Formats: sequence, C-alpha cells, structure tokens
Amino acid sequence: MLGLDLTFLDWDIISKFVLGGLWFSIKLTIIATLGGIVFGTLLALMRLSGRKVLMLPATIYVNGMRAIPLVMVILWFFLLIPFLIGKPIGAELSAIVTFIAFEAAYFSEIMRAGIQSIPRGQVHAGQALGMSYGQNMRLVVLPQAFRNMLPILLTQTIILFQDTSLVYAIGAYDLLKGFTNAGKIYGRPEEAYLLAAVVYFVICYALSWSVKRLQAKIAIVR
Amino acid sequence: MSWDWQVFLNDDGSGRTYLEWMIDAWGWTLAVAGSSWVVAVVMGALMGTLRTLQDSPWLVRLATVWVELFRNIPLLVQVFLWYFVVPKMFPLFQQVPGFVLVVFALGFFTSARIAEQVRAGIQSLPRGQRYAALAMGFTTAQAYRYVILPMAFRIILPPLTSESMNLLKNSAVAFAVSIAELTMFAMQAQEETSRGVEVYLAVTALYMLSAFAVNRVSATIEKRVQIPGFIVAGGTGGGH
Repeated sequence: MLGLDLTFLDWDIISKFVLGGLWFSIKLTIIATLGGIVFGTLLALMRLSGRKVLMLPATIYVNGMRAIPLVMVILWFFLLIPFLIGKPIGAELSAIVTFIAFEAAYFSEIMRAGIQSIPRGQVHAGQALGMSYGQNMRLVVLPQAFRNMLPILLTQTIILFQDTSLVYAIGAYDLLKGFTNAGKIYGRPEEAYLLAAVVYFVICYALSWSVKRLQAKIAIVR
Repeated sequence: MSWDWQVFLNDDGSGRTYLEWMIDAWGWTLAVAGSSWVVAVVMGALMGTLRTLQDSPWLVRLATVWVELFRNIPLLVQVFLWYFVVPKMFPLFQQVPGFVLVVFALGFFTSARIAEQVRAGIQSLPRGQRYAALAMGFTTAQAYRYVILPMAFRIILPPLTSESMNLLKNSAVAFAVSIAELTMFAMQAQEETSRGVEVYLAVTALYMLSAFAVNRVSATIEKRVQIPGFIVAGGTGGGH
C-alpha cells in the first residue's frame, strides 16, 4: 500500500518493544495525574488563601510553568535534578518528576476554577456549623469542586497522555520510543510511526468518547 | 556555582557566535510558529464553520473527522508522520522542504483546537442573529460572512489568544526533526558548551518574551475590534 509494508509487525515484536513502552506511558500518565492533582490543589489553595506569602510564590510558579514549552521543562529538570541531588538520574525517573511538577501548574488552574464554582453560601454554612478551614475544604468544598471539574480533569489527563510522547527529548522509553526502536531495528521506520499514530489515536479517541459520555451523565444529574 | 555568560560570545565552530546562532534560532521559532498560525487559523475557521452547517450533514462529518483525527494523535507523532511517512507514501512530497512539512503538522494539529473554539463561538450566538440575517434576505454564506463570523471571532478572541501562545510553545517539537529552532539550539549548545543553565535560561527568556508579545498583540486587537456595548459576550471564553 503506497510504498508501505505493514506485515513486518507480529506479536513477538509488539511484546518485545511496544508493551514496555506503553506501560511506561500509562504509568507516567497516572502518576503525573495523581501527583498533579494533589500538588495542583495545594497550589490552588495557596492562590486562594488571601495571604500574600502564599499567593505570590504559587502564582509565579503556575504562570512560569505555563509560559514555557513542556519540552524545555523536560530538558530543565533533566539538567537540574542531577545537579541538585549530586548524582545522575535516569530519564524515566526524571520524566516522572517533571510531569508531576508541570501538570501541577495546569491542574491547579482547573481546581481553582472548581473551588470558585462553589457558592460562597456553602463555605459560610460550613463555618456557621463550626467547621475549621481544613474541615470545610475537605468535607464541603473540595469534593464538590472535584466533581464539578471531573470532565475537565479527565480531558487534561488525555492531553497529558499525548504529551508523554515528548519524553523523546531525553530518550526515555515510552510508547513512541517502543515503536521507533522496532521500526529502526526492522528497517521499517515509516510503518512504525504510522502504527504508533494509530495506537495513540485509538486510545485517545476512546478516552475522549468516554469523557463525553460522562459529561452527558453529569449534566443530567445537575 | 558561577555564571559564565561569556559563553555566548564563543565561536560555535562555524564562524558565528552562540549569540548569533541563538538569534537565528529564535527567528526559526517565530517563522515556524507564525506560518503554522496562518494555516491553523484558516483551516480552523473553515472546519469550525463547517461543523455548524446543519443542512449539510456530509460537511459536518468531514469537519468532525478532521477535528478528531488531528486532536487525538500527539503532536510529536504528527510531526513524524508529516516528516517521514507522508513523503514515503506520496513521492510528490519528497521535494517539499522539512520546514513546510513541520508547518503542516503544527498548523493542522492546532487547527483542530481552533475549529472547536470557532464552533463554540458560533453556537454561543443567539439564534435570532442567524434568523434575522436570513429574514433580511441574506444567503447562508452571506449570513456567515457579514453577521455570524464577525461576532463569533470577537467572542473567541480570548481563547484564540491562549491557543496562539500554545502554538508558539508547541513549535518546540520541531527540534525532533532537526529544524534549527530555539529548543534545538538549547540542546546542541548545552552539549557543546556544557553551560546548560545559561543557555536554557536565555532560551526560556526568549520563549517567555515571545509569548508575552503574542499576548500584548492580541490584547490590542481585542480592544480595536470590540463592539461598544457588547463586551460581556466575551465572558464565556474559557480556554485552558
């Protein structure tokens, strides 16, 4: 077909090259999502705290991260982490740290919008019941903010999954790298890229379709 | 650790300083981003508009496929597709320079996102505007040209601005196919000079400066084209 030969790929190659990469891409996505939500929520709370000591560093961090290309952030961390801890660090571990730090900035913006979407009356009601700030956030505000923002959080996770391919810059072994290596070794790089595109497409399309379904469900409940 | 900014005055081995190389690289970044922006806005406006034409289901389907296809494949993979796979499948593309192929990749990828914004912008307009235009005897094309699109574009300016800044940042992936842009410069200069921190700081500053410039230009445009008394319509712009 059009000068391509897709027959070279068999199960042996897939299990040898691709599955390991796919597993790392998924692992990176899940860890960065969870870590990003935790640290992102903290950043959001800092920015909404009303105290300058907390607001200023959080704002600088979030806006700074969002102003730089992800590839540059990946390169920065890969350069700086070994420098700070005094010993070399693997590309995979560096990628995990980078993505948590980077995604925290994006998730914090989502969580900030989510927290602000909760009517003030609810916060005041919590205070009137004698709840502390922590109890109010944990029991009243955050659960609702999280539920309101769930579709956007999931959409961001799909973008995150696509962005994991950028670990190419530091040579970490992810899904794309698995296909690239298989293509190189078997002398079929173009076919390998095409198959990589198909696999990414199927995963991302299925995920965004489920998010759409979920969104429709939530919309009715509200 | 001590700074060594002198490194930018060193010769890179080809008779120019690292500073000159970096300025060239900045030019490539702006060229890639600027050309891709034109492709993205033209195709995004077209596809976003097509998706709202309820009387032509096939055009809606075509535009939907366009958006889903370019939105659900990572940008880096799309760059590889354009750079390696397309020329192999269609020999016609073997004559096309790599720069143009990257512009297609980045432009089409971004066009899918802009198409979604254009569609949302059109759909956020009160139905009455379309009906009013049709009642005045406008054809569908005229209604879009004179009534719907001018309003829709003003509404989506804020998200379009942040998408333009995303495009600028995304142009960094061009490093993967050896376009001599800023990220490529950063990686190579870091390796050659071992002054990674200085090199990365300078490159990061240039990215931030460029993004800031885009932001200012859009703010100016937003002010220029704003319709008196209709500012609140822009309040819907979310954009992440």
